[in-house]
Amino acid sequence: MSANVVSIEEVERVAELANLDLDAEEKPRMQRDLNAILGYVAQLNELDTSGIEPMAQVSDLLDLGSAADLGHGAALRVDGLRPSLDRARVMEEAPETDGAFFKTPKVIER
Amino acid sequence: MTETIVSTETLVEKPATLASLRAGIVSGTTKATDLAESYYARIAAHNPLLNVYLSLTREQALEQAGAIDAAAARGDALPPLAGIPIAIKDVLVMQGTTATAGSAILKGYEPPYDATSVAKLKAAGAVLLGKLNCDEFAMGSSNENSAYGPVRNPVDPERVPGGSSGGSAAAVAANLAVATLGTDTGGSIRQPASFCGVVGVLPTYGRVSRYGLIAFASSLDRVGPFAANVRDAAEVLGVIAGADRNDATSSQLPVPDYAAESDKDVKGLRIGIPAEYFAEGLDPEVRAAVESGIEVLRNAGCEIKPISLKHTGYAIPVYYLVATAEASANLARFDGVRYGHRSAKATNLSSMYRLSREEGFGAEVKRRILLGTYALSAGYYDAYYKKAQQVRRVLAEEFMTAFGEVDAIVTPTAPTAAFKLGEKTDDPLAMYLADIYTVTASLAGICGVTVPCGTTSGGLPVGMQVLGPHFGESTAFRVARAVEAGQSS
Repeated sequence: MSANVVSIEEVERVAELANLDLDAEEKPRMQRDLNAILGYVAQLNELDTSGIEPMAQVSDLLDLGSAADLGHGAALRVDGLRPSLDRARVMEEAPETDGAFFKTPKVIER
Repeated sequence: MTETIVSTETLVEKPATLASLRAGIVSGTTKATDLAESYYARIAAHNPLLNVYLSLTREQALEQAGAIDAAAARGDALPPLAGIPIAIKDVLVMQGTTATAGSAILKGYEPPYDATSVAKLKAAGAVLLGKLNCDEFAMGSSNENSAYGPVRNPVDPERVPGGSSGGSAAAVAANLAVATLGTDTGGSIRQPASFCGVVGVLPTYGRVSRYGLIAFASSLDRVGPFAANVRDAAEVLGVIAGADRNDATSSQLPVPDYAAESDKDVKGLRIGIPAEYFAEGLDPEVRAAVESGIEVLRNAGCEIKPISLKHTGYAIPVYYLVATAEASANLARFDGVRYGHRSAKATNLSSMYRLSREEGFGAEVKRRILLGTYALSAGYYDAYYKKAQQVRRVLAEEFMTAFGEVDAIVTPTAPTAAFKLGEKTDDPLAMYLADIYTVTASLAGICGVTVPCGTTSGGLPVGMQVLGPHFGESTAFRVARAVEAGQSS
């Protein structure tokens, strides 16, 4: 996390990964903002975190890695069938559908 | 240009208490339908300026109110929120109206189900008035990132209401609802509640189901209430809290009677005051108001203890890495396939994804997706995302240690009172610092209540944040009640 500066090319690469199509005006603004924010977060380097387990969920903290359900929401649900939403109602919200499936532009180009 | 003379006296109005409204509805002296109509009349008068509501659900509200009136007339036992007008932040889904999350990408989207918190309010008899404006996907601290225009602060319409739940806070401050639901990922309930002079609750992570909340950062997102007083907020939390099989992270722990708990005396409670929250950057008038609230607690018999949470300064960097990383994954679902906007210019699958997202997302949402994608990308993951998660544990454990010595921790909710519209829109980092006192509790998963504790010399409200340990809402409510009592005396 050194003072590595995000270039315009890197902004373009990340935008591609995120499926965002930035226009010519947005790219330099995003570059400026990303560099400002990354410069700010670099202060985390002051801390030695070797040996500290990353914390991904609050339940990590409360159940201390236990597989048992201590009531804090760390337990897995039963892997069983349950009713789902009504298909016709869900399809009403789709930009394009044939009633049974979502329609998209062709996925495999020949 | 027409000059509108706005008297804030007509904008700011305290809603009646839940208990008094309920007594009227049970006895039949207040009709739930009349109450709902009076709220719609007030909304019609003030929403054009304040821009609090994005949609109204008049038909279903009056239907519910009519059913409550009929039940009251029959002498039936009424549920806890019978006939109470409540409104919902537009990031929570509710059938029969749109859920936009403040984004153009979800314009016109009508969800096919109710969020669990919404369903619980309906089952408790609440009359749901409509959906409330917010920052796009709950990303913002001023409500200026909404694709549907900013909300104005009822206390001073030239100022922001805070964010991201700006509509939820302003609705209660202007009495356009008796209570509201908002969501808080890094401060989005507490900071706007502070800016608008109302009570806001950050429940413990897992206390309220997130099912039906349009996700921003799943390890941080919470659903919580706003109300005009602590007891009412406690009552609404009691209704929406509890285990839900549709949210695997929801807690199985029983839900206490928060309203009754909030009535208990605070004598003997140990209150921690962390020096780091009163350091440079805190507005002197905000400091004075919060210190007056601390005096109220001292006089009520609390033991005031100085404490240190020395890693606090790292919370904003950790938050903006963790939250954006999670957001970049969560917002991948908006791709123009199943719901929401699809670009008309798309020529193939790839351009459909990219153009739909480019056209549908606002600047702040794109900025956060890019930052999150960067922090998760190959070569940077360890340096940014993993590092942030490690420091997250340090911050969380620091709180847990502190709660071994004190029952609650008291801080300012925000470093300043409400700022002017447009003041920070060009500087994302300055905007992020508006969350400096709220993000640490978000990262740790602990609970908190913000309660008004005074005003600045200009009459702007100041909030005090009362933090409690995991599932320690009862204590936080008690302390907030004592501060509130000190205000009215």
